This record gives sequence, structure tokens and C-alpha cells, in this order.
Amino acid sequence: MLNQLLAIVLLPLIASVIVGLCGQFLGRQWSHRLTIAAVAVATVLATSIAIGFYNGQLKPAEYVLYNWGQFGDLAKGGVKIEVGFLIDSLTSTMMAVVTFVSLMVHIYTIGYMKEDPGYQRFFSYISLFTFAMLTLVMSNNFLQLFFGWEAVGLVSYLLIGFWYKKPTAIFANLKAFLVNRVGDLGFLLGIAGVYYIFGSFNYLEVFEQVKQGFANVDIAVTDEVVWSGITFVCIGLFIGAMGKSAQVPLHVWLPDSMEGPTPISALIHAATMVTAGVFMVARMSPLFEQSEVALNFILMIGGTTALFMGFLGVIQNDIKRVVAYSTLSQLGYMVVALGASAYSIAIFHLATHAFFKALLFLAAGSVIIAMHHEQDIRKMGNLKKYLPITYITSLIGSLALIGTPFFSGYYSKEGIILAVNNSQLAAADYAYICVLIGVFFTALYSFRMFFLVFHTSERMDQHTRDHLKEPSAVVTVPLILLAIPSLVVAWFIADPIVSGRYFGDAIVVAASHDTVAPLIDLYQDWFSFAMHGLAPSPFYLAIAGIMVAWIFTVWKPEWRETLNSRIGFIGNILRNNYYFDKIYINYITAGGVGLGARFWKWIDAGLIDGIIVNGSAKTVAAISGQVRKIQSGYLYHYVFVMVIGLLAFLAWVYWRTLMN
Amino acid sequence: MIEKLPILSLLIWLPVFGALVVLFITGEKHRFISQWISLVSAVATLLLSLWAWSTFDSSRYYLQFVEDQSWITSLNIRYSLGVDGFSLPLIALTSLMTVIVIISSWNNIKIRSAHYLAAFLMMGGLMNGVFAATDAILFYVFWEAMLVPMFLIIGIWGGPNRIYATLKFFIYTFFGSVFLLIGLIYLGLEAKSFDIFAMHSMVLPLDTQELLFFAFLIAFAVKVPMWPVHTWLPDAHVEAPTGGSVILAAIMLKMGTYGFVRFMLPIVPDASMAMADLMIILSLIAVVYIGFVALAQRDMKKLVAYSSIAHMGFVTLGLFISFALIDKGSIPTAIMGIQGALIQVISHGFISGAMFLCIGVLYDRIHSREIADYGGVVNTMPKFAMFFMLFAMANAGLPGTSGFVGEFLVIIASLQVSFWIAVLAGLTLILAAGYTLWMYKRVVFGEVANEKVAQLKDLKLREYIVLIVLAALVLAFGFYPAPLLELMQPSVEHLIDCNLVSKLSPEGMCS
Repeated sequence: MLNQLLAIVLLPLIASVIVGLCGQFLGRQWSHRLTIAAVAVATVLATSIAIGFYNGQLKPAEYVLYNWGQFGDLAKGGVKIEVGFLIDSLTSTMMAVVTFVSLMVHIYTIGYMKEDPGYQRFFSYISLFTFAMLTLVMSNNFLQLFFGWEAVGLVSYLLIGFWYKKPTAIFANLKAFLVNRVGDLGFLLGIAGVYYIFGSFNYLEVFEQVKQGFANVDIAVTDEVVWSGITFVCIGLFIGAMGKSAQVPLHVWLPDSMEGPTPISALIHAATMVTAGVFMVARMSPLFEQSEVALNFILMIGGTTALFMGFLGVIQNDIKRVVAYSTLSQLGYMVVALGASAYSIAIFHLATHAFFKALLFLAAGSVIIAMHHEQDIRKMGNLKKYLPITYITSLIGSLALIGTPFFSGYYSKEGIILAVNNSQLAAADYAYICVLIGVFFTALYSFRMFFLVFHTSERMDQHTRDHLKEPSAVVTVPLILLAIPSLVVAWFIADPIVSGRYFGDAIVVAASHDTVAPLIDLYQDWFSFAMHGLAPSPFYLAIAGIMVAWIFTVWKPEWRETLNSRIGFIGNILRNNYYFDKIYINYITAGGVGLGARFWKWIDAGLIDGIIVNGSAKTVAAISGQVRKIQSGYLYHYVFVMVIGLLAFLAWVYWRTLMN
Repeated sequence: MIEKLPILSLLIWLPVFGALVVLFITGEKHRFISQWISLVSAVATLLLSLWAWSTFDSSRYYLQFVEDQSWITSLNIRYSLGVDGFSLPLIALTSLMTVIVIISSWNNIKIRSAHYLAAFLMMGGLMNGVFAATDAILFYVFWEAMLVPMFLIIGIWGGPNRIYATLKFFIYTFFGSVFLLIGLIYLGLEAKSFDIFAMHSMVLPLDTQELLFFAFLIAFAVKVPMWPVHTWLPDAHVEAPTGGSVILAAIMLKMGTYGFVRFMLPIVPDASMAMADLMIILSLIAVVYIGFVALAQRDMKKLVAYSSIAHMGFVTLGLFISFALIDKGSIPTAIMGIQGALIQVISHGFISGAMFLCIGVLYDRIHSREIADYGGVVNTMPKFAMFFMLFAMANAGLPGTSGFVGEFLVIIASLQVSFWIAVLAGLTLILAAGYTLWMYKRVVFGEVANEKVAQLKDLKLREYIVLIVLAALVLAFGFYPAPLLELMQPSVEHLIDCNLVSKLSPEGMCS
């Protein structure tokens, strides 16, 4: 087993290093063959492990690789950090999803990047990403989790800036890295808190202590404000998740990350890396169950993200940005599920979302290739005629996204809405309203884009129209392979996941937070549950969304102008992304650099160097200039000085005796 | 046979002897000979230090490879050497960086190239002496002597403003050293011995400890350097030639932290404990304030110099939070903090050295350190860009690089002392990434900025070698710091168990 696990993790790494260092020598063909072979083997192995857990043949287990470091004597409360794997149903699900989507993206890349001079470099990066993401999900301890966490951030940084000549790309990648670092600060403090409370970095040891009951610590912010240690830990870890999973207000990097090539938007910025935060919270469910404050916080943030990012999707005109805001909004849904303690459903939505969102991104990429790198949906139209496969697969993806009964997205999203409705937490009502209204907007922006791209009149120029055709099989085959799970995957996994049979002890839910148990009956038969879905309100909201999209794009497109002129001020707020970017860039970033410049000018150069260092040098020069005059050579001068000195000395002795 | 060799003396005098030989082989036509003699003696020193590491018994705290000869008998000053878990890694680091500097400056120096190499060799030997000396006066002699080659390196081969920089450097450090000497003489007379370890078991009243504390502080804080006595460093770095910057950042700064561990903490623990809050505040100023200052730099070398100061803040932070942790009874966490500080010392040697070498690679080609003179370097130097990326990320403390280990351990440990220490220290995550990657973006990414960048040639073999070695070390210690941690562990435990106990009375002190 350990060998299998090592192969899953290391094959992509080895392929990445070989292609990264010898890519020129290997040439394009061998570069993609090597990386695809490595990821394919990893996919087969990971899927077999996931199936093993699905059948109940495999049991959760920890595998230790090596000792990273040890501090103090273990007998006297010392701590040992051991790198290794914790493999259970939760991990294996993530491994299967990550490797499968990665494999699809690898294949797709052959077509998408075929004319790019950085072809080998790209394959090296995405293989490296696969390695980093796998270490993140397979980790058995917090240190390795943090390693994977930052390593996927590094690869994301490299890939957003893949086209390093583009000023927007290298702006976006720095922004992504720094915003993530803000989250990581919270994450790191959370880990520090874990060590403070539990004295360990190992998951199983920490979870065992939670089970046995543990001594919480107080973290004093001021003398009056004292936080509970466990709440501090959960909120800290969740702030990390807010960075990685792009939750408001740390979401600003994700739309800009679309500057990177489309395959990585699918792999990293939709299907896998951005869901790392969701995975992490689910992994840490024993901890989060201990803090209702944190759960309420999560509900607030998730609900806000789900709804308010959905609004932004409606006004985007760049095909990739529409999908990006949709991703933000769906991540909000997953986070709401976490806040409602429906961790299993969050992972469920993560998995279905990985398939249909990767599909939507790759379909968008297919459109972009066909349109000669035109991304503005206002310049498209009626593409169904030219790209039939992309059209059908996009339709499947969109229907899954908006939660149409029978499509995989329906089962997971419906589960979230029902679970948050069951939650007793204070913030649950707010989150419930957000996710409910979000359904309408999801349908609206999805089908607005769908209609503008595939229906309506042909608005592209003649040259583009003449060359419009479906891209080659390396592009369309991944679309088809992703469309299948987007439709059917939930039919097989919905019941075991929701009933708790599949995740078992990997996810812990306190009895008072159990929002999933009431849903078990519903999920027992996927067909009847889908029929049930035709009744409640979310379905009608989605239908309404499609209708509105249809009215404003197909039926009466001129109404958009009218609407725009009526509520222009809202449009302004939305177009400016609620002014987050302006505040961050103009005030926080520029303020930081300005502060540094002032510190440097006034304190370092002015006070320390100008006055103290160079000033004392000048003073010494001035004094010695004066003192030199004393050495006049005249005897009476010296005698005079000696007398004064003697008097001074006597005065000092006299004063000393007086004092004593 | 080899077991009988006075290995520490060899580590000191072999490079010094090599330097003396090279000094007499001047002239262009002998250039080749002087280069190879320098390289051979530096490599031999490195191999000796690695051999010492491999035979070092890392399960014990006490001194090994001990040598002891009488030197100035009338004053009871001895030529005594020995290493423990604190000094051995530093000796290995010094020997390694000397080789790196000699390879990297192979052909780069146009005037007096033999003397240049000789200066580095000599400095390498003397710095090994600082770390190996166990007699306080011997220590002080090496401590001062090693300044001379550095003074010459900056003063002769430095940039246009080198005279100001050398004087500032020399006066700053010399000013500090004088207090150190007074303190050491006082301690030697009291203990009737200049053996540093005899000083560790002296009983000293608190007011004496406080005076000694400030004497040590001035000397060592200048070297680290700690805010506000740090302003010599950016000037010295900017004017120093590449090799000078590498040694300055990689080794010389470590003298200060070594002084804290070897002298200040064990000899005056009560005063150190009383002053711990002050030291923690100064450390946090280094991390946060200097981090902001680094953000505003337009000169690459200045930027890395300021980033060095910020990173060294973690060393002093890790050392001085240990008192509060011991007080709370969390010994493993105190060990974690001190280990983190010491790992940071070694790691910063690799990373800052590599950063200055990378800047040197660019400077050799374009003769500018201004960020604004670059842009789009990746287009013409893709392989260089890859290495520079790795070191920039290490400088930003990315996990998987050695730069992460020390900062991680110190931040983890500091939360148990105070929420605010952890938060402020943690700001480095954002600041270090900000200043390093912003510089990287402006220098490396983008379209080719100007004609000079368009003419750039990628790395030469020589440059490859040094960068590969450092990259391998940065990654190795990032993924697997355990060997280094194990080497230092007994010495750290000894420091906590025996040296950080109160020296106000003989009670409770280890025998």
C-alpha cells in the first residue's frame, strides 16, 4: 500500500522534474507522453484506492515516511513531526478527483497549448501541481498540510504568470500570491494554536485528544479580550481556507487568475486547488465541531460569497470571468455546507463541482480556441452550429451547475440547501436565504452566457467565422469524459456519502449539529429524490433564472440597455467588484509601500544615520577641533588645567563623603 | 592517523596558510596558479569540516575535537579550541561559503585578483577560529582579526562610495567590540581563567549581569544587526563586491547570534531574562519595520540587505522567547524556539548568500543594482530565472525550503508566549513575499525592458555550480531538517537545563 501511495505522489513529481530540466532535450512529444503516463498511473492507482474504500475493502490507516524533526524528549512532552500519509475515504475521494481532473487537463493541454513556446514548461508545472495537491490531501500532519497548501499556491503563482510577458498576468500572479499569504498568516496561527492546545501536529493524535476531551487554552489579545483557544484555531484555519478557496473578502485574486492559460483555470482555479480550503475544513471536522462561533463565522462568509459573487457573474462579458465568478459562488455554497456541519455534502459538492466546472472551463477554452483567443461573449453567438460537441457538453455542464434534477450538481446543491435549512445556528437563516437566492442568479448568469455564446445572432467578424470549427480530439475527448460524471456521478455516490456509510469516522459531526441525518431517507433512491426535486422552490428559482436569461439575451436583448440605464449605479458597484480591488490596491498596498518609504527616509536615513551616526561623527570632529586647541604648549595652560582638575576631583570626593 | 590530527587548528590555519602563499603569487601570468591554490585549500578545509561533522558525536552536548595549549601563561590565556552543536554547523557553513565565494569570483575581479582570493581564504580561517575558540581572549583576537580582510575587501574592491561604507562598517563594529573586550577582561579576572565555559558557571549578582548584558548587547547587536544599530549593513552590502556581500550576510551576521548563544545567554541569564521583553520588541521591529523598509527599496542589494535584517529578527526572537516558555514549563516549545533560531541562522546563510550571488550574476553583466534598470530578464536568461525564483521563494519562507523551517518553528513557539508576538512575527509571511516577489516581478518578468537586457547571456558553468549547490542545500534542509536538528539538540537542551538557570546563587546550577 505504501508503495502505491508513494507512486501516486512521486510519479507526477519525477515527471515534472525531468520535463522541467530536460524539456528541450526531450521535445514536445516525449514531454507530454511522460507527464501524462505518470498522471495516468497515479489516476488508476488513486481510483482503485477510492473504489477500495467504496466497497469497504480498505480501512483508514496512517503511513509514516520519515521524521522531519523532533523537539525535546518525547517522554517529557516533546513533540515529533513525522511526514507521512493519512489515507481514508475522505482522502481517497480527493485523490481520485484530483488525479482524474488532472489527467483530463493534461490531455486537453496537448491541444490547447500546441502552439505555445512554453509547452514543456507548462507540462512540468501542471505535473508539479498534481504532486503538491496530492501531498496536501494525503497529509497526516499539519506541517505537511501547510507545505502542500503553499506549494499549490506556488504552482498557481507560476501558472497564472505563465505568459510572463503579459503585464496583466504578472500583476495577477503576484496579487494571487500575496492575498493567499494573508490567508496563510491566519492558517499558520491556527496551526500554532493546534500545537498550543494539543502539543502535537499529527492529525490522529489531535483528533484522539478531541475525542477524549482536552484542556482548552485561553489566548489573550488584551487583558480584557481573551479568546477560546479552539475558536482561535478554527477561525485561524478558516482564514487560510478563505484565501485558498477565495471567500469574501479574500476572493479578489481568483477572477484575475483567469490571466493564466485556460487548462489551469480548469484544474487549479476551479476543480482542485480552490477547493483545498473546503477539504481542509472537512478534514478538521472534529476541531470545527468544537466551536460554534467558528461555524457561525463560516456560515456568514460562505453565504455572502455564494450570493454576492453570483451577482457579479451576471455582468461579466469575458467568458472565463463568468465561469470564475460562478466558481466563487459555488465555493460559497460548499463553505455554507461546512458551516452547517454538512461536511460530507460539502465534499460531495466539491466532487461534482470539480467535474462540471472543469468541464465548463475546458468548454470555454474550446470556444476560445475556435474563436482565435477572443474571450468576449458579446462577440460570439450561434456557436452551436460550429461546435456541436462543445455545445452539448456545455449544456450538460450548465444544467449540472444550476442544479437541474437528475444532474449530479442537483444532488449536492439540493443537499446543501436542505442541510443549511436544518441548521440551528444563528447565522444559518442568513446563509439559507443567500444560497436560495443564489440558485436564481446561478441559473441567470449561466444561461445568459450559454445563450450569448451558443444561441443568438452571429456577432463575430468574417475572418473568425470562416475558421470556426470544433477543435481536435484531444480537446473534445476530455469534454466528453468530464460530461459523463457531470451527469451521472451522483447517482452512485449520493446515497453512501449522505448516509455517512462512505466517510464513516473520517468526518465527525456533533449530534446537535447533525443537519445531514434528516436527509438520509431522501437520498436512498436517486431517481425518486430527483423527482422530489421537481417540487420545492430551488427548482423554480432555477427555471426563473433561465427564463430571465432567455428574455434578456434571446427574446428582448434591447431590454438590457433599458435595465442598465435604470439601475446604473448598481452596475457601477458590481463592475468595480464592490470596490474591493480599489481599496486593497490604492490604500493597503500603496499605503504599505509608502509607509516603508517613510520609515526609511525619516527613521533610518534621517534619525539613525543622519542625526545619531553621522551626527556623532560630526560632533566628535567638532569637539576634537576644539580640544586640539588645549594642547597649546604653554606651561601655564597645563598648570591651569591641572589645578582645575584637582579641584574637580576634590569636589567629587567631598560630595561622595557628604552623600554617605 | 587522521583521528590524531588537530582538526580545528587545521580548519583555522590551513586556509590562512593558503592565503599567505597566494599573497606572494601575484601578477597576471600566475593568475591560474593562485586561483587553484585558493580553491584547493578552500575545498580541503571544507572536506575537513565535513569530516569533523561526520565523526562528531551528536548525542552529547560537550565540546569535541578539543585542543588546549598554553599561550600567554602570565595571564592564563590559552590557545584552546573545541566545538559543540552550536559551533560545528557554523564552521561547516563558513568553509562551504568560502569555497562558493572563491568559485564565484574566479575571473570576475580585474585588479589584484590573487589578493582578493587570499582575503577570502584568510577570512574563512579566521571566522572558523571565532567559532572554534573556547578561550575568551583567543575568541576576541579572531573576532577582531576577521574584520581586517572584510575591511580590505570592501575598501579595495568595493563600489564608488566604498570609503564611507568601510569606515561606517568598521567603526560601528569596533565600537561594539570594545565593550565586549571590557566585559571579557572583567569576567576573566573574576573567574581567574579566560575559559568561556568556566565563565558559564560563575555566580554573578544582577547589577553586574546587567552591565555585562549591555556590553555584550552592544557588541553582538551591531553584528546581527538589530534595530537600531543596523544602518551599516545596507551601506556595506551596497558597496561590497559580490563575494564580500555573500560572506557578510552568510557568516558575519551569524557572529552576533553566536555571541548571544555562547556568551550572553549562558553567562548573564538573569539579566537576559530581565531584558527579554526589550529584545523581543527589538526583534519584532526588525521583522515588521524593516520588512516595510525593504518594500520601499529600489536597489536590489539594499533590498536583500534589509531582508537579511528582518530574517535575523527571527533568530533573536527565537532565542529570547525561550525565557517565557521555560517559565511556563513548556520546555519542548522552548527547545523548538531556540532550534528554530539556530536553523534560521544556517538557512539564512544559504539563502542570503544565494540571493547576493544571483544579484552578482546580473551585476556582472549589466553593472547596475537598480531594479529599474532591469525587466524581462527571463526572456534572455531562463535558467537563471529558475534559480532566482527558487531562492526568492526561499527568502519568502516557502515550505519545502530551508527558509521556512526556522520561521515556522519560531512563530509556532511564540504563540504560547503572546498572541501579538505571533501575529507580528507572522506578518513576515506577507511582507517577505511582498518585497521579494515584487522585486522578482520587476526584474525578471515582463517584456525585455531595454537593449542591455536583450544582450544578456544565461548562466556560465561556474555560476551553475555554485547555484546548484546552494539550491540543493536549501531544498534538502527544507524537506529534511532532522539531521541538523539532531546535531544541535543536545547543545540546546544543555543550554536550557544548565545555562539558562539563575546565576545569582550557586544553587541549581549544573556542576
